[in-house]
Amino acid sequence: MRKNLSEPAAGNGLLDRRLFLSGTAAAIGSAAMADHASAAEALPVEPWMKTPGSPFVPYGQPSKYTSKVARVFASAPGTTGTGASRTPHHLLDGTITPNGLHFERHHNGIPDIDPEAHRLLIHGLVKRALVYTPDALMRYPMESRTAFIECAGNSGLMYQKEPAQLGVQPIHGLLSCAEWTGVRLATLLEDAGVDPRAQWILAEGADASGMSRSVPLEKAMGDALVAIYQNGEPVRPSNGYPMRLLLPGYEGNMNVKWLRRIKLTEGPTMTKDETSKYTMLQKDGKSLQFCFTQEAKSVITRPSPGLTMGAPGLYEITGLAWSGYGRIAKVEVSTDGGASWAPAALQEPVLPMAVTRFRSPWRWDGGPATLQSRATDDSGYVQPTRSKLIADRGARANYHFNGIASWAVAPGGEVSHVYA
Amino acid sequence: MSTRNALLAACSVLLVGYGAALAESPNLGKPASPEVIASWDISIGPDGAGLPSGSGTPQQGQQVYLAKCVACHGEKGSGKPNDQLVGGQGSLGPGRTPIKTVGSFWPYATTLFDYVRRAMPLNEPKSLRDEDVYAVVAYILLLNGVIGENDTIDAQTLPAVQMPNRDGFVRFSRGK
Repeated sequence: MRKNLSEPAAGNGLLDRRLFLSGTAAAIGSAAMADHASAAEALPVEPWMKTPGSPFVPYGQPSKYTSKVARVFASAPGTTGTGASRTPHHLLDGTITPNGLHFERHHNGIPDIDPEAHRLLIHGLVKRALVYTPDALMRYPMESRTAFIECAGNSGLMYQKEPAQLGVQPIHGLLSCAEWTGVRLATLLEDAGVDPRAQWILAEGADASGMSRSVPLEKAMGDALVAIYQNGEPVRPSNGYPMRLLLPGYEGNMNVKWLRRIKLTEGPTMTKDETSKYTMLQKDGKSLQFCFTQEAKSVITRPSPGLTMGAPGLYEITGLAWSGYGRIAKVEVSTDGGASWAPAALQEPVLPMAVTRFRSPWRWDGGPATLQSRATDDSGYVQPTRSKLIADRGARANYHFNGIASWAVAPGGEVSHVYA
Repeated sequence: MSTRNALLAACSVLLVGYGAALAESPNLGKPASPEVIASWDISIGPDGAGLPSGSGTPQQGQQVYLAKCVACHGEKGSGKPNDQLVGGQGSLGPGRTPIKTVGSFWPYATTLFDYVRRAMPLNEPKSLRDEDVYAVVAYILLLNGVIGENDTIDAQTLPAVQMPNRDGFVRFSRGK
């Protein structure tokens, strides 16, 4: 017999993930909304229904009424372009981050690169060093990959002793997902002829910081892409125009923007950003180095701090899950601080190294609740609790925080960041 | 199987095979001689590969530091408004608040040359002459007690510098 979908799937009002698909949601929703008063006013015929609209523009912009759907950013002291901007996931839905809202991490501003003058050099342990123009790369066969990019420092605030009184954007906004299109790096490396002694590449940007990272040759010859398009249009200057490296699943800064040089080497170059930064100090004083892949993780984007709940009733809990090791296999949601869990619906397509949107129906009774999500990827890895992650790793690692995040809903509907 | 389906099947085999054996390339890269590459080939390996000729002393480096670095990194590398470069040795141990500086944390002295030359000073990167880079590197290493005041830094001596946290790093593996 078919299960009654309106029965709780877990504690504190969490409902079956199939509810919204079953067609019974409306009935349950209206039953819960006892004060569903009828609309009193006659529907007005607004001015925009009676006058011609605005003319065409060459490049479209968002509605002026959505101006809050914007990045927030901070720059290092005495600079204007050295720092990070963060994606407003609490105001977005779906899985693709709009190009103007993709997070950024710049180490010395955004270069203004003339594509006519840009070059990509491949050299080092190769049979022949080669220089490519952007035009030459446009002649190559291309591939698209939908991939998240996440800064290794994303969610790093959760290493703090006390929960930062902030929301999704400032805590978890160094994550975005786009469809990247470009040329396989392996094709270009084959052009140059890889010397068997080569085990690593150094990837370097044309920006003022000359951002540089060592990458294992295996990754470079695997799914690495020299990305030229971002969500169908040329890569934005803030994301590497005219070309960037895309290393699906790897920590953000390795996806070197404004890519100008690939040098094949025997060992890693030990650049500043793979020694003094982006290494994880452990409890014993040793630091983990070359932590490339972003572990499985999830976060509830709605409800979340800053989005105060309305009247008690039926809500959708939704968020994002991702893993640098593959596909998301399962996301579970809890509304009672992890005491009980129910599986969330995963929205198709569920792609490897891309964000997956999850959704769970929840009947909020107006009382206190603690919302959590827990991701499992197709390698079987389960997102840990914050306390387990810190017990294992310590709280001095700065990077790669992927523990479970908690949002507390107060009886009045206010949502805040808590540790639970 | 119709001809069309057979063709489609053949195409998908080709597509699947693409990852392992790469398709033919248009081969549009232009060969580049070492002379063409030289101005871009700025990365320095931990063994010192790539270090240019020239040298510098801590005394010369102090002058460079006062002219180009002190505004962001503070007197004698003490930090503020930007990164602290000196001190913190011994602060990485269990239970302590880490102070990560060149002296306490950086495993390779070659990285300092590489990074200063490519990225510093922030408002005019790639402006320092190689001699100035060697000198300011020597000054920062002296402030950290890693070299002596009479030492000279050049392509031979820099890779031989033993950084205090040289053995402080472990290769990451998943599940650890």
